[in-house]
Amino acid sequence: MNNTNTQYETVVGMEIHVELSTTTKMFCRCPVPTLTDKPNTRTCPVCLGLPGALPFPNTKAIDSCIQIGLALNCTVNKDSFFERKNYFYPDLAKGFQTSQFLHPFGEKGYLDIKLNGATKRIGITRVHMEEDTGKLSHATVDGKEVSLIDFNRSGVPLVEIVTEPDIRSGEEAKIFLTELQKIIRYLGVSDAAMEKGHMRLEPNISLRPVGQKTLAKYKVEVKNINSFVYVDKAIQFEEKRHKELLDKGKVPVQETRGWNEFKSKTVSQRSKEEAHDYRYFPEPDIPPISVTSEQLSVIRKSIPELPEAKAKRFVTEFGLSEYNAEILTREANLAKYFEEAVAVAKEHNIDGKTVANWIINKKPNIEELLPASLVKIIVEQSTVERFDETKLEETIKQILEKNPTQVADYKAGKIQLLGFFIGQTKQALPNAKDTEQIRNLISKMLE
Amino acid sequence: MSDIQNLTIVDIIEGYKKKTFSVSEIVDSYLERIEKLNPKLNAFITVDSENAKRKALEFDNREITNPLHGVPFGIKDMFLTKGVRTTAASNVLRDYIPAYNATVIDRLETAGAISLGKLNHDAWAHGSSGENSDFGNTLNPWNTEFVPGGSSSGSSASVAASLIPFATGTDTGGSIRLPASFTNTVGLKPTYGLVSRYGVISMASSLDSIGHFSKTVVDSARILNITAGADGYDATLRQAQGEQEDYTVKIGNDIKGLKIGVPKEYVDKGLSSDVKAVFESSLKSLQKLGAEIVDISLPHTDEGIAVYYIVQPSEVSSNLARYDGIRFGNDRSFFGKEAKRRIMLGTFTLSSGYYDAYYKKAMQVRTLIKQDFDEAYKKVDVIVSPVSPTPPWKFGEKMNDPLAMYLSDALTVTINLAGVPGLAVPAGFSPNKLPIGIQFVGPHFSESLLFQVGHAFEQETKFYKDLPKI
Amino acid sequence: MKIDVGKVAKLANLTLSPEEEKEFDKQLSDIVGYIEKLNTVDTANVEPTAQVTGLKNRTRNDNFTDDTLSVEDALSGTTKTHNGLFVVEKLVDTTS
Repeated sequence: MNNTNTQYETVVGMEIHVELSTTTKMFCRCPVPTLTDKPNTRTCPVCLGLPGALPFPNTKAIDSCIQIGLALNCTVNKDSFFERKNYFYPDLAKGFQTSQFLHPFGEKGYLDIKLNGATKRIGITRVHMEEDTGKLSHATVDGKEVSLIDFNRSGVPLVEIVTEPDIRSGEEAKIFLTELQKIIRYLGVSDAAMEKGHMRLEPNISLRPVGQKTLAKYKVEVKNINSFVYVDKAIQFEEKRHKELLDKGKVPVQETRGWNEFKSKTVSQRSKEEAHDYRYFPEPDIPPISVTSEQLSVIRKSIPELPEAKAKRFVTEFGLSEYNAEILTREANLAKYFEEAVAVAKEHNIDGKTVANWIINKKPNIEELLPASLVKIIVEQSTVERFDETKLEETIKQILEKNPTQVADYKAGKIQLLGFFIGQTKQALPNAKDTEQIRNLISKMLE
Repeated sequence: MSDIQNLTIVDIIEGYKKKTFSVSEIVDSYLERIEKLNPKLNAFITVDSENAKRKALEFDNREITNPLHGVPFGIKDMFLTKGVRTTAASNVLRDYIPAYNATVIDRLETAGAISLGKLNHDAWAHGSSGENSDFGNTLNPWNTEFVPGGSSSGSSASVAASLIPFATGTDTGGSIRLPASFTNTVGLKPTYGLVSRYGVISMASSLDSIGHFSKTVVDSARILNITAGADGYDATLRQAQGEQEDYTVKIGNDIKGLKIGVPKEYVDKGLSSDVKAVFESSLKSLQKLGAEIVDISLPHTDEGIAVYYIVQPSEVSSNLARYDGIRFGNDRSFFGKEAKRRIMLGTFTLSSGYYDAYYKKAMQVRTLIKQDFDEAYKKVDVIVSPVSPTPPWKFGEKMNDPLAMYLSDALTVTINLAGVPGLAVPAGFSPNKLPIGIQFVGPHFSESLLFQVGHAFEQETKFYKDLPKI
Repeated sequence: MKIDVGKVAKLANLTLSPEEEKEFDKQLSDIVGYIEKLNTVDTANVEPTAQVTGLKNRTRNDNFTDDTLSVEDALSGTTKTHNGLFVVEKLVDTTS
């Protein structure tokens, strides 16, 4: 059946793994490794899967996972437990991964994103806790091709977030991931830095005819994507590839493919095609986790105001535009800076809008400039009117012509003479009060 | 040193205090005895005489401040010993030298005990007779044509033959109590969750119990004082209870009025006449001591083996997945037949389409088995029963029929499934002088009570004084 | 109950000889036949016991303790190492 007239809808569900920024690993007290650690220097019997070793879960990791679940509006399972996911692979030290299957910490949540001016709800199927595997690399040793394993990463806490297949394009995926990353950073549970591998992304992609309510009979998982831009590109690539096949009456093979960023295409990973029988069963070495209402309430309270709520509040409380509010809430420390500045500015009868505009347009270095200092500058600037530029230029020209020696000295290096010229200008034009304006103009004319 | 055969831990410490002998003399005597008898008995896989002698010299000049000061002991080769070969009695780990110590070994050594070496057992603790070791059979010192019981074959045989005064063991389905009962020694299976499993090679994680063998009940309690308690590495341990319990406190108390339950399902069918005779005689002794024998029922006893042989192999199949020859040991082709069999069985019962019918069902019946015990302890203080339906069997008798071998665990596995503690003590002999023991089984964390009853029974019957002629 | 011995062996990452396969075929069927007696037990509304201790919430603080093995100790179990890494045969499905 050759049909190029069928309109297809892209259906994408995302699987995201977030590496938590705890001090120690998920089931042992090894420090979470840094990228510069030498291989196999951050391991112990537990994360190395040595005989006799036993897991002991990290409270902070579990709390972080629950926080993420709450921030994504999930129902937190009051009774939860770990399960063993059994499969063999050299980077999996124990021959099973301690993970969750039947009772994840969080389920049935959602995240609202802004799409073309409207709000769209992306369903979150589950949020659960698991551990990372070791890292594989490949080399030729003594003429033989081998794979090499570093277990530093083995046992690092991972939170797995799975979405409903609600995403409809690469662009949408990017927006969703940006929002998710923002929230995770706000929670402070992970740096979520893509370039450091803190967030791993796997879209599951399929196409179905527009109007069809059921999911397609196949889906393709794409791995090895390490930026939001590549997620978009990979989805677009798959959209084209699937459409071509479907138009020819073929169904794309259900498989895992790898994204090749150099060739900007996905490549089949045929050898991983077999469906795994993971033989999940409850982890006997770890008693169940039971979260009481009180504990949940404590965890909930420890969640800071999240970006969406904060932005809304900036709009109502300070009269900011939605656009400006979004910019100021992109990072928690910028939002904090803004609010601190507003608190100081209030004493000088300067409103939030003004502060917002200042920060957004002039982009001060918020690492070095204290909020109070910023307000000081705003105050100075706002009480000063900018003088007529043409008249100012004329006056300055005259002063420079009248003082050739000072001009020569200035150009030779006596830059403190700038003050002299500013003083002269102000004498000549008592109403020119904007010192900065004068200074800038003089400097320019002396170049 | 003349006769070390009768020495208990208590005797040894007293001897050190009275300066009857030095630590070096004791250690040397045991090492000599091992050198003489181990070639035949094959109880030890690795004898660590160099380290032992060196430690003994250190101890000779030291004050006796530790509870097990200079007491020699043996370690079942499932316990990791840093720097000392640990094999799990399997060719997979034939040359494996661990980089860390099991918690229990650290504790015993800190208490002053001196290891003389690693003891033989059924490979991976899979077995009831000791015939599954890749390092050859351990023989029963009472009659070398007969099995010493398993899986802790070397541990039981070595204590029985006085090669060491005590040995560590593991009990997942009877692996301490059965060999203790077959060798006239005391074997403790503590409550699941009392003694740390960290550093002990896992067999079945929800069933493994870390215990030990000794000649007397008092010795057993003194060892538990050292090994029991949370360590921060095993998450299945009961939380720290404040001050460490002293498990010897009730020893010496009489047992007048104590209600001792006899489960009818354990004695109604399948017991050999020898076992029956010893058991009935034991009940009489207990009555003589003032205890009240009460008939009770543990209705789901019959399902015990079926539940056990689903839960245990399932967990085994997962626990043995790490043995892939990459980070340590040899590859999986080095597994022996019994290990392969259990891995296969467990992989099957957990596999897709079968999980609900087997593993999940077994876990539900396990709840019923546990409830049987909870109910029973509303009526009685302690339960007593035989440990094995038969006395020790001859080598080779059950090797062709794995199922028949599994059925010899019928009286022990339910204790592991419920997680309750069991103390096996000598109770007599068959007409051909093969040991037959009994077990006292208590509610969770009732070890002190078990020691109380066990000691009273032991002192009344005095079987512990009998020694094998080797 | 007939068990697909070949399939199970693959899942279990075990290589069986033809003799072993034949032997296991019968033995495992016997054992599974035995354990099927559980089908007669009424377990409606019975909660499965995964954790016989009744313990819950055994978790630890996120504090570092120096349990880390030296790289020599970490690698000490095998000779198949290279520059501090464990070595295996080249894996087929690399994404590079």
